[in-house]
This record gives sequence, structure tokens and C-alpha cells, in this order.
Amino acid sequence: MTSFFEKGRAFFGRETFGLLLLMAAMVLAFSLASPKFLGLANLSSMGFQAPLLGLLTIAMLAPMISGGFNLAVIYTANLSGLTFAWVLLQFGGPEAGMGAILLGTVAALIVGATAGAVMGLVIAYVGAHPILVSLAMMIFLRGLGEFLTKGGDISGFPESIAVLGHGTLLGIPVPMILFGLVALVWHILLRRSRHGFAVYMVGSNIRAAEYSGLNTKRTLVAIYALSGLVCAIAGILMLSRFNSVRVGHGEALLLITVLAIFLGGIDPFGGHGKVAPVILSVLILQVLSSGLNLIGANQHLATAVWGLFLVAVMIVRSERFQESVQSFTVALHHMSKPAGGKS
Amino acid sequence: MAGDVNEGYALRLKGVTKVFGGIKALDNVDFDVRAGEVHCLAGENGCGKSTLIKIVTGVYRPETADLIELFGEKLEAITPVMARAKGVSVIWQDLALFPNMSVAENIAFDEMVGLRPKGVDHAGMKTRAAAVLARLGVTLDLNAPLESLLIAQRQVVAIARALMNDARLIFMDEPTASLTQSETDRLLDIVRKLSADGVAIVFVSHRLAEVLEIASRVTAVRDGRLVGVYPTKGMTQARLGELMTGHLLEDKVVAASKDSGPIVFQASGLTRPKQFTDIDLTIHAGEVVGLVGLIGAGRTELAHTIMGMTQAASGTMQLQGKPYRPASIRDAIAQGLAYVSEDRLQLGLLQKQSIADNAAIAVLDTLLDGTGLISPAKKDDLITGWVKKLGIKIGKPENAISTLSGGNQQKVVLAKWLATQPKLLILDSPTVGVDVGARAGIFRIVRELADQGLAILLITDEVTEAMFNADRVLHMAQGRIIAAHDPRTTSVAQMEAAIYA
Amino acid sequence: MRDFLKNRQVEFRLFLVLAALFVVLSLTTDTFFTLGNLTSLLNNNSVNLIWAVGLLVVLIAGGIDISFAVASSVVQFVAASLLIGMGGGNWLLGFLICGSLGVGLGLINAALIHGFRIISIIVTIATFNAYFGLLMYLSRGRSIYALPDWWTDRIAIFSYQVEGGPAAELTLPVAVMAVCVGATWFLIRRMNLGRQLYAFGDNPEGARRAGVNLAVMQGLAFGWCGLMAGIAALMQVNIVQEVVPNALYGRELEVLSAVVLGGARLGGGKGSISGCILGVMFVAVTQNGLNLLGVSPFAFQMIIGAAILIAISTSNIDFGKVFASAQGGKK
Repeated sequence: MTSFFEKGRAFFGRETFGLLLLMAAMVLAFSLASPKFLGLANLSSMGFQAPLLGLLTIAMLAPMISGGFNLAVIYTANLSGLTFAWVLLQFGGPEAGMGAILLGTVAALIVGATAGAVMGLVIAYVGAHPILVSLAMMIFLRGLGEFLTKGGDISGFPESIAVLGHGTLLGIPVPMILFGLVALVWHILLRRSRHGFAVYMVGSNIRAAEYSGLNTKRTLVAIYALSGLVCAIAGILMLSRFNSVRVGHGEALLLITVLAIFLGGIDPFGGHGKVAPVILSVLILQVLSSGLNLIGANQHLATAVWGLFLVAVMIVRSERFQESVQSFTVALHHMSKPAGGKS
Repeated sequence: MAGDVNEGYALRLKGVTKVFGGIKALDNVDFDVRAGEVHCLAGENGCGKSTLIKIVTGVYRPETADLIELFGEKLEAITPVMARAKGVSVIWQDLALFPNMSVAENIAFDEMVGLRPKGVDHAGMKTRAAAVLARLGVTLDLNAPLESLLIAQRQVVAIARALMNDARLIFMDEPTASLTQSETDRLLDIVRKLSADGVAIVFVSHRLAEVLEIASRVTAVRDGRLVGVYPTKGMTQARLGELMTGHLLEDKVVAASKDSGPIVFQASGLTRPKQFTDIDLTIHAGEVVGLVGLIGAGRTELAHTIMGMTQAASGTMQLQGKPYRPASIRDAIAQGLAYVSEDRLQLGLLQKQSIADNAAIAVLDTLLDGTGLISPAKKDDLITGWVKKLGIKIGKPENAISTLSGGNQQKVVLAKWLATQPKLLILDSPTVGVDVGARAGIFRIVRELADQGLAILLITDEVTEAMFNADRVLHMAQGRIIAAHDPRTTSVAQMEAAIYA
Repeated sequence: MRDFLKNRQVEFRLFLVLAALFVVLSLTTDTFFTLGNLTSLLNNNSVNLIWAVGLLVVLIAGGIDISFAVASSVVQFVAASLLIGMGGGNWLLGFLICGSLGVGLGLINAALIHGFRIISIIVTIATFNAYFGLLMYLSRGRSIYALPDWWTDRIAIFSYQVEGGPAAELTLPVAVMAVCVGATWFLIRRMNLGRQLYAFGDNPEGARRAGVNLAVMQGLAFGWCGLMAGIAALMQVNIVQEVVPNALYGRELEVLSAVVLGGARLGGGKGSISGCILGVMFVAVTQNGLNLLGVSPFAFQMIIGAAILIAISTSNIDFGKVFASAQGGKK
């Protein structure tokens, strides 16, 4: 039994337990506050909303474990979506067939992966700081997108695309399935593959990893390319959800992905972090936002609460706080014992 | 004890005890330093040397102390502010300087510390810094950022900074650890100069030759207890080593004379400008070749070239008779080489990661299951296998490697490389930061490996280490291999004389 | 001078690029090298520069701040509400209110970072969201247009009537920017506190051992950044004559990239006022030049992003070293 528990802990990470409790408490509180919270409508709307943030967060995750950052996730997704849209429009827009959709998907994935790989190359071979590189890429991609679209919307896609963003399979929202699949692949990639292993090693000490015979440069390029790939998936999902592409869609999610990752207990200096607690964090943020929405608050209050929530979690996790809790409990323990009862 | 005050002492401590988590880091230790004296504090890693320094500088408060006296003044306890005001200064091994700031600012940094806002007198600071450097007989570019200086020059900056604070008692923590011989000589000159000026200097070093050269007295500490205080006159390195470790350093040769196996590695005429020149090196299967020399002799640079991290300008290498020219360290590893780096903390291990991951990092390809993913079971087997084979003491394989002692960490490094089944193993200063007891264990493993037919190149600073563990000892100086010694026919004294001459 | 070139490589390079840009734009356009254009360039970038020097101080101290632009929005909104409530106020009150609000928001960051030892990027991303969310929630996203006249009046500190054209003017924000830049320069170059900031960013453990008060350093860095955010908030209103709660959202990353481009190191201990100004002006001049050259405004960002990417990719190349290693004598 204990070994089962330990295995669970190893799989989910140390942070997960606390996050699960938190999630349960929040679900309980919101369902008491609003009877609609556990209603089918709310659950399904959450299931449609969470995956987008989830995918973008996953795209941010591996670079962060490698000790880096990818601030270009949103615009990589936008640009991939744009590519997808462009291919569809070439094949007749609403009349585009399955072949065009497939071709568009492939093209979008290639664009996403290329944007990522370029960042990876600069980071690996020039040794420039990932924050700066991805920031520059972000500005470039946003500009490129605005240049191509002249700041406007692109729409007019075949109806079959809507399935991706709005359909259900066996009652489960398709975006959720997509997100689940990507998360699972990402989990396996990080925890079980050689590449994933290298990501953690690069994140904790890139020179020692190099000395141990890992190909750190290739690892870095691959990390950012894969991150771009997931961005592309997010971009396609975004296109389908909004039935349009616009550079700037999802812009507000950029720093939320970082927030979700820190909430999930990823080491901000790199080297440690797991997929499961990060996904849990995404769901917690969704529960918070949907719950607040149901009790009459708007998205902006949810954003504020997300920020405050991260501060609270970081405080609780901080050594300072845990030390003071410890000394407090010790003091309580002493007080509860009569004087002279020292052994 | 009245009338015990002696003006001639910079520092006197009696009966100092310091406890950490129930373990006595210092147990009833006495320690004194005379004014203007060069005193050596000798002991192994973890013997309590740094605890003692931290008590004198006020970082720690001892649990009990019978006497604390600084420059003739009896004190209840020392605080950091008081220590500084009285002229106690420590030059830590990491120097605690600021790489991006100028030399002048680093030297005069302490005058800028404080919360009362005031202007910075850049010109005055330079004048004062120049004056202190002049006192040391050194010239440095005061405007240069510290990071552009050599380690030895940074050391001088740290000393100058201590003097800026009117230091009268300076602790120097392993000051020569990364200096070349000539740099060390210059540093020792500076230390003598300071001593003549009346500044007391406590030298913390495990390089015994240096200790005996510079210090007038030596205090040996072992396991938190005082072993004794001895004049250096008439003291030998062997005797001092014995006092520090509590073991008799046996003057015997372990290496048995035996027929060497086939040639595994051969280099001829290997040259890399400014690093090493015309290196001819042959290593047979089953042979441990020692490579000794001073820091800066080009040993590590040679190892880097053999490992493909740098490329030789000319010369050839052969591995098992075939031409060998590695393009990268990965290439070298793939061809059957392994390199235990001298810098275990930064390069040898990934301190943040688990024991298991550190051991598995070089052999991921062999741990895959049918699906091409890393098999946790195979990884477990690998770890448990090596833990048993090398007698590594670990808690759980998932624990961080940093929870292990230096010796056990180094065994994990060995396990990592042995798992790759190398043909040639290069050990670069493998016992740095490893306790004496554990050193023996590591060399036992090295000998067993050689007996199993592995070719081993052992690079070391310690002549004794090479003499007792190698079958052949090569002496490298200024980038050239200048002599070969047979440990069975050469004595340690002869060898040392040759190297330190 | 040679030392300067050696120690300020990034700045020097950027200066050369900027100078080249100046020459090219002066030759290819009639309008770039005119008093009118250059003054409006300064007017339009004064707020960015005020932010930039504030952020520079945080970067030097080894931190990062994502929240400053949003903090400016909060300051604008609260200050506008307060001043309107008071029946108008004046410049002195404006500076006092905006400055202290900004410092207060900065100190919240510092307290969280130092008090609980949380790294600055986490803290400031959290406060970024908290500040922005609360601002949008409480303001309901509504803008304020009915601002006191003193605040929105355009004040020229320098005016020159070009013959046959509009007057070239430097406005109040430029003067305030100059004061902010000067004060920051004085703080980090000439004051003991500023040098302690450098030391703290360079080697925190070494600074601690030397007796530098780390809590004060964090407070000073983020407090200063907050002060600059407060002043920038005040000036931004003077320029645009309205308070729009989400107007400044997203500006933080642009300022960050400009400052880092100017040689400030993520990680601390390095960065200069000259580099900071050059970084901001590089972005500004590029944008201005593209505009004058008649390039579609939609392409601006793309070209600037590409320029920064190219700048980073070549900034680490030391041509001396490349030459040396080509000769096989590296290190």
C-alpha cells in the first residue's frame, strides 16, 4: 500500500498532493456557493476552455525545465494558426477538403517547429539568454503576423474544423482529449525518453551534462523545436475555437502559462519539474476562473486572484514560512506540556 | 589564570566548543596566533578548520569558550562588526570578490558599504588602492574589471582588500589551491612581507610542502579536536600528514611488477601551442600511468585534448592501433574513453540531480526497453549493481547526489564511467575533496580495474598518490613530459625533489 | 578611452550601429535629420526611457521586473481618482502621489522577494497579474478623460520655430526623463548605495559577507523601479491626456528587450545608463526610420524583432577571438 502511494508520489511529484487538496477545497467551496458549478454546462465549458491554456503551458514547460524560457509561445501559436488558415483559404476556404486540412496541419506544425528551432539554435550556439532570444522572437513573430494580416482577422473555414474546438467524443470535449494526449506524450517524453533525460540534465548544469557526453546543443534545439510544435497545436485549436485567426489572440495567456508552471512547482532555475502537477495547476486556474465567473465576478478578478494565489502558494512553499510553522508547532507542543515534563 | 594577558598575541582561544545538531564540530580546542606570525592551520576536510575561522570572525558563537582574546583584549564573544573593527579579515577560497567591478572598487569595496548615503570618491579610492598594492609590491590595472584578471591576481586583490581594512590578522583559506608554482612563490613572498610588517597570517592549506616553507608554527586539528601545536622547524611532510590524518602514511609500493598487456593508447608528438608540446605517451592494458607535475604544467589540457574537448595542432593519437582523432567529447566517449574531471562539483556531477540519474547519464542507450524508452527497471539494476560493486554508501538512488560524502560522490562518478565499459580511463585529481579513508577505497578500485585490464591515466598533484598507485610515473613540466620514473626504484623523496626543484 | 572601449563593448557596438542608422536615415530621408523629427523622437520615448532606467537598476541588482508597466497603469488610475476627488491638485501633489504609489508597489515586490526568498520573476509575474486584474476589475475597464487641466496641458520646455514648418518642441516629459536618467546615473555610479547594488547583483554571497544589507538593496532596487514607474505614469498621462487602464499592458517586455539589448545582464552586476539609452533609442530610431521610409507600419515590429535577433546572434562573437582560433591559438 505504501509503495503504491510512493509510486503515485513519484509519478505526480511532491507538489501534487497539496495541489489536489487545494483543488478539492475549491471545488467544494464553489459548488456550495453556486449550484451550477458542478452542473453539466459549467463542467463542459471548463473542459472546452482549459485545454488552450494547458497546451500553451506545456509548450512553456520543457524550455523552463531546461533552465530557459519561451516567451514566444503565443505568437508562435498565432503564426502557425495563420499558416493553417492560409492553406485552407488557398483551397477554397469553407469548401476546403480533408486533404487541405491535413496539409494545413502539417504546414502549421512545420512553421511552429521552425520558429522554435531558430530560437534553440541561437540559444545553443550563441549562448544568448533564452529570455532575450525568445523575447526578440516574440516581437518578430508578432510583427510578421501583423504584417501579413494587416492587423485584421482571417476567417472563413470549412465547418469540419469546428469539431476540433467544439465537438465531443463520448461526451468528452475534443480539445480536452487533444490536451490529454499531448500531456501524456509530453510526460513520457520528459520522464522516459533520452531526450527528456537530457532536458533535465541541461537544466541543472549544462557544462557537466556536456562533460558527461550528452549532446547539449542538439538537446536545446530540440526542446525549443518541440515547444514550437506544441504551440502549433495550440494555434490550430485556437483557430477552431474562435473560428478565426488574429495575431494577438490569447496574448493575455502568456504570463499565465508561467504562472501555472510556477504553481506546479517547477524549479525556476531549471532541472526539476513534472508534467502532472503543472496540468493540475492549469485545471486549478480554470476552476478558479469559472467558479468566480459563476458567482458573478469577471475574468479580470480571476486574473487578479490567479496572481495573488501564486504569491500565496510561493509563500507557503518558502523555507522561511515552513520554518516558522515548524517553530510554531514546536512552541505549541511545549505549551501543551506542563513545565518540568521535559524528558 | 590572572596575568595571562600577553601583548604578543594577535589571537588566543582556549577551550572552544561548537556543536551542530548534536555533533561537536569543535571540541575543547585551544588556538593561538602571535602578532606578525605566519601560522598554519592544518587538517583534513571537515576537521573543523572553517568552523574555527567562523568563530574568530563572529559568524558563529561557540557553545562554550574559556578564553577569547583578540590583540590582548579579553572578549565575551566576537561579533562580525567587532572582528572587522579589530582588524580580523578572512580571504575565503572563493575570494568573495565582484567580477564585474573594477580592481580599485574591489580593493576599496568596504568603504562603500553602509546604509548612510554618500558619494563615491572614485579618484580617492584609486589612490588608496594603488597605495595598498604598492605596499604589496604589485602593479595591477586599477580600472580593469576583476573578471579580466588571473586567479592569482584576484588573490592579490583580495589581500589588498583585507589590508585596506587595516587587517592585523588575516586568515587565508586554501589560497594556493588554483595557483601555479611561480604564482604560489609570489604569493608566499607577499605573505612574508606582510608578516614582516607585523600582520599575523593564518594559512589554511593542505599542501604540506608550502605549509612547511612559509609557517613558523602549525596547529593540527583532527575531527574537531586539537592534535597539537608544533614548530615547523624539524617537521617533515610525512609526520605532518600523519598528525592530520591519524594514519601512518605507509611508504610502500602497492604496484606489483607485472608484464604489461597490449598497447591501448598511444600519442606521439602531440602538440597544442601554449599548452603542451611534443607529447609521447603510451598506455598499456592493465597499466596505471601516473602523470605528475605542478599546476599549469599542461596535464589537464592534455587530458582535454585526448578527450576531444580541444584539438591538437599537430601530432597523432592511436587507440588500440587505429588512428584516433576525436571531434568532441561525445566522440571520445563513444570510442571508449572516460574522463573523471578534476572539478567534481561543477563538471563531474550534476549536483541538483539524483544519484541514479548521475550514474546513468553516460549509458542511456543501454537502458532502453523495446519501445525505445528508458526502462526504470534497467536503470535500477544499473545503480544497484554499481553500488554493490564499488561499495558506494547511498540512501535511496532517487536522493540528490549532493547528499553523499565526497568519497561516495567520486565513486558514483567512477560508476558512471565504468558503465560505459571504457578502454582508457583518465582520472584527473580524483581525490580532491575526498577524505583520506575514502581515498584508499578509490585507489583500491582503481587497482582492481587495472587488474581487469583497463588502461588508466592518473593525473595528480600529490606525488605520493602517484608513487603508491601507478605502475609508471611521468613527470610533466611546462607542457612537456620531461622524465619517467619507476615507483619501484625511485623514492618519494627523490621524486619530490625532482618535481619541486 | 581604451579601457572604456574594452569594458563597454556592447555599448560601443550599439553606438556604432545607431550612428550608422543615423547617417543612413539622414541621407535617405529628408525628414529624419530635422529638428522637428528629432524632438518628437525624444518626446515620444521619454516614458520608455524613464521605465528603462528604473528597470536597469533592478537588473543590475540581479532581479527582473515584469510588473512595472502595469504598476504605472495602477498608479495612473489611483492618482487620477485621488486628484479628481481632491478637486484638481497640482504638479507637486501629482509627483508626490504618483511617486509614493509607485514606490509602494515596488516595495511590495521587494518584500515578497526578500521576505520569502522567492525569485523576482515569479513574484513580479504574480504581481503583474494581481495588479492588472484588480485594476481592470475595480475600474471596470473604464477610461478617465476628465482630467485636471494642469496635468494634460502640453508644456514646452524648448521651442524653435522652423521656417515654414511646425514648431519643434521639447515637452515636459523630456525634462523629467532627463532628471530621472541623471538621478539614476548618480545613484548607480556615484553613490555608495548604487555601488552596493552592483556588488549585490554581481556576487550576492560576497556582498552579504562584506556586510551589505540585502533587504535594503532589494528595497532600493524595486523601490527605485517603482518610483520610475510612478513618474512614468504621471508623464504618460501628460502626453496622451487620458487614463486608459489597459493602455500600458504589454509594454514591459519591449522595455525589457531594449534594456537588455543595451548590455544590462539578466543575472545582475552589469549594465549602464549609456547602454540603456542606446538600447531604447535603437528601437525608437529604427521604428522612426521605417516610418519615414514609408514602410508599412505593420512591418515595424517584425523588422525590430529581426534586428534584435541578429544583434543577439552576433553580440557574443568576439572578432579578435575568431581570428585567434582560426590560427589555432585559442586560450
